Amino acid sequence: MKAHLTRRYRFSASHRLHSEEMSAEENASTYGKCNNPYGHGHNYALEVTVSGPVDEATGMVCNLTDLDGFVQREIVERFDIQNLNMLPEFARTVPTTENLCTAIYDILRRGFTHAHLEKVRMEETMMNSFEFAGGEIRE
Amino acid sequence: MVYLTRKAEFAASHYYHNPDFSPEENRRIFGKCNNPNGHGHNYTLEVTVKGEVDPRSGFVVDLKQLKDILHREVLDAMDHRFLNKEVPEFANRIPTTENLAIVIWQRLAPKMKAAQLHRVRVYETPDLFVDFYGEA
Repeated sequence: MKAHLTRRYRFSASHRLHSEEMSAEENASTYGKCNNPYGHGHNYALEVTVSGPVDEATGMVCNLTDLDGFVQREIVERFDIQNLNMLPEFARTVPTTENLCTAIYDILRRGFTHAHLEKVRMEETMMNSFEFAGGEIRE
Repeated sequence: MVYLTRKAEFAASHYYHNPDFSPEENRRIFGKCNNPNGHGHNYTLEVTVKGEVDPRSGFVVDLKQLKDILHREVLDAMDHRFLNKEVPEFANRIPTTENLAIVIWQRLAPKMKAAQLHRVRVYETPDLFVDFYGEA
């Protein structure tokens, strides 16, 4: 029988929302306070949802040790206490939480093979959250 | 179609062990959860039902009835219990959160009358939950 498993992780990081394609005025009007050149930070919460048949021998969709190990190694250790603008994922894109969501989805989709990736959900603050469940990303 | 979700909480203990595995395999696969003396969690259950709103009552489901079903089928059977030893479904099935969601679905689905069961969500901790939609 197929079940969905969701695991929640946390990391803190700073970012600045600024697009090289916009003028200074346009950046200021589009991103407001988030355009501050010194950046600012958030405590992000990340929810990863995977799905698959529940293995009869283990009772699991996937072993949590595998999921935790992958997310810790490939995401939390790389993003936690970092400036997102400095990471290769955001060399060409603005580190909005939308783009963070799709970047994390991409890392999981490429590297995590123990269960089917359903969805990535990110909370930037308690007031706003973002979800990405795959599909085309406009570059 | 309107969806209604009811929450409930229960506390229970469990451990993970498959008698077909060697002791080494059990330890490798289940880690600390393999401790035969068990350990416990405060589980949060969210049951979502769906249906049309009854024009006379304005309800998708009578909440009192839903609450009674949750108590009888889930809380009375699982709250403050050792799942492996006291819930018959887990005599031969490992009480992972995945299987807990499936067993709760199987207990609730036949009891639903007006509304249809849509989703069973079981939180083992605030950072881990499983959704089961009755899919084969």
